[in-house]
Amino acid sequence: MNITSAQYQQSDVTNQNDSIKATIDGEVWVVGIDPDNRHYQAILEWAKIDGNTIEEVD
Amino acid sequence: MTKAAELAKMGEVLTNSQIGGRRNIVINGAMNVAQRSTSVTGIGATATYFTVDRLGVAINGTTAGRVTMSQASDGPSGFANSMKYDVTTADTSIASSESFGCIYRIEGQDVQQFKKGTSDAERGVLSFYVKGTAKTFVVEIRDDNSRQQSHTFSVTSEWSRVVIPITADTTGAIDDDNTTGLTLVWWLHAGTDFTSGTISNDWVSSVNANRMVGCESIFSSTDNEFFITGVQLEVGSQATPFEHRSVGEELRLCNRYYQEYNYDRHGYNLANGHAVNNSQSIYTYTYYGGEMRATASVSTPSVSNGYRFLLFNYDHSHSTIPNIDNPSRLSVQFGNNQNTIVGGHGARLFLNASGAKVKFDAEL
Repeated sequence: MNITSAQYQQSDVTNQNDSIKATIDGEVWVVGIDPDNRHYQAILEWAKIDGNTIEEVD
Repeated sequence: MTKAAELAKMGEVLTNSQIGGRRNIVINGAMNVAQRSTSVTGIGATATYFTVDRLGVAINGTTAGRVTMSQASDGPSGFANSMKYDVTTADTSIASSESFGCIYRIEGQDVQQFKKGTSDAERGVLSFYVKGTAKTFVVEIRDDNSRQQSHTFSVTSEWSRVVIPITADTTGAIDDDNTTGLTLVWWLHAGTDFTSGTISNDWVSSVNANRMVGCESIFSSTDNEFFITGVQLEVGSQATPFEHRSVGEELRLCNRYYQEYNYDRHGYNLANGHAVNNSQSIYTYTYYGGEMRATASVSTPSVSNGYRFLLFNYDHSHSTIPNIDNPSRLSVQFGNNQNTIVGGHGARLFLNASGAKVKFDAEL
């Protein structure tokens, strides 16, 4: 997967981070924070690379 | 043997042999469901899912080769569809680290019947129909313990059924969960990192050099093509006839991994909700067509005026849904908080133009 951006989103119900808005292969996806979600797994791998960061909630 | 004992024995045979129950572990083996698209061009750079459900693209390294992947209206007798790779860009300079193929992943909890990693481990059989440019390729079976076996198979210009016996394995129990437990990969192009060793038809610890030995390249010419259908994985020592299931049943099974609300297929209804307060917040909610394997990823392609919020005294369309929140295995919230609205009123969200859709992805 080619990930070019990622930013946490916060639930209005729990006020906790519950998803990540990410651009993956040119498409914007809202990715559930779930270790079994393949996009989330790829984002975590992407974030390990120097220069890549999952941005905090605005 | 008494009559009662005979009947009991018959029941046991029907229950425990390959005759009884659902045999095929593979979903969409007849390639009848293609929710994402029926044809996508330029495939070869990204390993993901494009056309027929559950069958993905497998890639190692970087190949210059490209294919068009499609759901083809072609198959052996009794099959209406197949998955087709049609080479559009050749790659005759194969780097050592390259490989390309198609992949099918199975949840660990769906293959416990192989009793892998126990003293009672069962044999299995993988069967499938292929057609295309005459070549020899490799199919690999991998578990979640980095154990694998590989088998060469031949493709000719006529449909033929390939039957691969899978040995029982008393080593390497597969985790009983919703993650990938068993993977099937049809390798159609491979560099020497994967072909320089010795192939094993029995379960062994994975060594890259042994995984694709004997694999020719689909990318040798733009004349090349590859078709596959009738994929069946079953417990036992004999390949039984392909277990055909209805399209409706297969679609439901596929929906655990991927589903869409699509204007062109399903019409305009998407979600209901309400305006929460006078701070300009609309919240609507939709439920998927069944619980998905994991918390879903959600995406909406940009379509001019494709997504329409309708409330009392408010009617506004967007090129995408402004806020997508709270995704789960079963539902998601769509919203918009940049409007002049009155709290307390009901709200509806429509798909409003051709091409508008919402995609829910929980694939392995």
